[in-house]
Amino acid sequence: MLSIKNLHASVEGKEILKGINLEIKAGEVHAIMGPNGSGKSTLSQVLAGNEAFEVTDGEVLLNGENLLEQETEERAREGIFLAFQYPVEIPGVSNLQFLRTAVNAMRKHRGEEEMNAAEFMKLAKEVSKQVDLDPAFLKRGVNEGFSGGEKKRNEIMQALLLQPQLAILDETDSGLDIDALKVVSDGVNALRSDDRAILMVTHYQRLLNHIVPDHVHVLAGGRIIKSGGRELALELEERGYGWLGIKDADEATPAS
Amino acid sequence: MANTDKQVNELIKREYEHGFVTEIEADTFEPGLNEDVIRRLSAIKNEPEFMLEWRLKAYRRWLEMDEPDWAHVDFPKVDYNAISYYSAPKKKEDMPQSLDDVDPELLKTYEKLGIPLHERERLAGVAVDAVFDSVSVATTFKEPLEKAGVIFCPISEAVQKYPELVQKYLGSVVPAGDNYFAALNSAVFSDGSFVYIPKGVRCPLELSTYFRINAANTGQFERTLIVADDDSYVSYLEGCTAPMRDENQLHAAVVELVVLDNAQIKYSTVQNWYPGDENGKGGIYNFVTKRAACIGNNSKVSWTQVETGSAITWKYPSCVLRGDNSVGEFYSVALTHNFQQADTGTKMIHMGKNTSSTIISKGISAGRSSNAYRGLVKFGPTAEGARNFTQCDSLLIGDRCAAHTFPYIESKNKSAIVEHEATTSKVSDEQMFLCRQRGIDPEQAVSMIVNGFCKEVFKELPMEFAVEAGKLLEVSLEGSVG
Ligand SMILES: Nc1ncnc2c1ncn2[C@@H]1O[C@H](COP(=O)(O)OP(=O)(O)O)[C@@H](O)[C@H]1O
Ligand SMILES: [Mg+2]
Repeated sequence: MLSIKNLHASVEGKEILKGINLEIKAGEVHAIMGPNGSGKSTLSQVLAGNEAFEVTDGEVLLNGENLLEQETEERAREGIFLAFQYPVEIPGVSNLQFLRTAVNAMRKHRGEEEMNAAEFMKLAKEVSKQVDLDPAFLKRGVNEGFSGGEKKRNEIMQALLLQPQLAILDETDSGLDIDALKVVSDGVNALRSDDRAILMVTHYQRLLNHIVPDHVHVLAGGRIIKSGGRELALELEERGYGWLGIKDADEATPAS
Repeated sequence: MANTDKQVNELIKREYEHGFVTEIEADTFEPGLNEDVIRRLSAIKNEPEFMLEWRLKAYRRWLEMDEPDWAHVDFPKVDYNAISYYSAPKKKEDMPQSLDDVDPELLKTYEKLGIPLHERERLAGVAVDAVFDSVSVATTFKEPLEKAGVIFCPISEAVQKYPELVQKYLGSVVPAGDNYFAALNSAVFSDGSFVYIPKGVRCPLELSTYFRINAANTGQFERTLIVADDDSYVSYLEGCTAPMRDENQLHAAVVELVVLDNAQIKYSTVQNWYPGDENGKGGIYNFVTKRAACIGNNSKVSWTQVETGSAITWKYPSCVLRGDNSVGEFYSVALTHNFQQADTGTKMIHMGKNTSSTIISKGISAGRSSNAYRGLVKFGPTAEGARNFTQCDSLLIGDRCAAHTFPYIESKNKSAIVEHEATTSKVSDEQMFLCRQRGIDPEQAVSMIVNGFCKEVFKELPMEFAVEAGKLLEVSLEGSVG
């Protein structure tokens, strides 16, 4: 489904990604782990098409199509979804309106009829319950005054509504308490399907207790330095990133 | 930043939709202004003597006055002798009585503007008094209004038919000598609307007027007077649009509202005049004096405005809260882009006891435009227990535009309470990226964000106007609908 070859990217003239290679097949769940500042968010943003990052080399194919040539919104309509590490607020625009606009943009792209307000309301209410968000959140401004955990649940709700081909989840576990982590994980597990892939970016392995990945990669200094199965994550938890000869600024801080 | 700016710049580079000129032979005065011009104008309109005297007095005041010192707008000097002060569409016989009598060219123009009169009549149930250049050419829905005793007619007609009402109230809120443009308007006003709601009547329709400037070099000097007698209510809608022009066109209107005991006037404006091209060339100069006098106890006025047009806007719809417990409200959205300049806001003058006012101002600046809010809240010594709440929010699109806020407060009464809030924000790259990542077109994203920012004001507009206003913002920002 997704094929990344020798991907180099920089921001403000500084090279962050230094040759990423990664193959993701439909139905798979991949986890990318790595210390802070290793380039995990950069990779996520580059895949989604954030123009603040410049791709200097390499290629990315989505179902054989050159992804890097497409605008952000085209990629989204082709099924790339990014759950943001830091979701931004849009004051005054209701979550409901935002989500319906998004869902209808996708439907239009697929040649389907747009959903009217009543139909969408029904759907959105169901999905919000799935991530344990009070439907009252639908009426509030996008991420406006949401707590960290509510923002993360809101991101997963969007993934459930938009039903992407490839869901990239950037630190969706950070800032969640145990209960919320469970809710979010259940949401992600509900996304798992044979025709969908999930790329989970995380600093800590605890999320991987709930969402069991097929593959684990360690990103450090802009390169994937080690890949393996589920056991790699457990080993990392036990031995820390230092074991792989990389420094992690956050090593001393326990998972929050 | 650079990416969003580039995108946004492309989005806001849209052609002015209503830029075309109707070919109608106009009956036009040669440019220039003097007492003789005013006498001819008054004679053409068959005005009674008091009206001519009133105009001449205003003209003499105007001659003694200086143009205001522009604080936050900048424009070449207007040559008042290069303006023609009268222009009427060619009429077949007399004034057309029905749409069938109206020049088909003219009707076509309204079609192009998206204001098909016959459709509006049926669909919205709105009485339309359409002003084309200086003479009213079509008035509809008179019957239900007449039944209710409501007077809604061109002011030129009111001067003839209801001289005692006109003489009593014209200039009672905005005296001829109030300011430079009000004086000019008083001297040469062309036409406009007159509304009188009798005691105890709730106007059965929303009243609306569409203004349009057409003939080249024709200044447009509208005069609107609305009187709501005791215990009455009226909602009045005003909308404007103008064809594309290279020369700058001056518009100096005066709107006076008189509100008596327990009466209420809701005055809504959606203004879409030609703002000039993307290089700042052309566009309308909009210098308007709008003021409401809440004379009666428990009277109320709401000004709601959505301003997207004009090269230069200078406009401060104001409320003089004279009656005890009277209420003034001002809800405003002002959008500027390219080289547009807007200096707008309100004045709330509290004189009565327990008077209260609310000001919600939303300024949106894009391109290289400049958008200023200027507000005065004044409490006189008799304004015991008066209060004001002011909220001014600015939204910047791109980083070459500017927003300014000038709130002035003068209080001569210790019991008065003022609350003021102000914010400035930007349509950020992150917000744009979030929307686009969810599959939303950039232009739709901008308009969604801007509409969200304006929500508090839009909800004050009558339903069909709110939809129109939302559309207008979209068109003003990029030319597509979302
Ligand atoms: N917009 C940006 N401007 C400048 N530097 C950035 C920007 N985004 C990321 N970086 C830098 O790129 C590196 C990788 O950051 P990031 O991809 O966020 O890492 P991670 O998500 O793994 O913690 C860091 O050194 C960070 O400071
Ligand atoms: Mg990160």
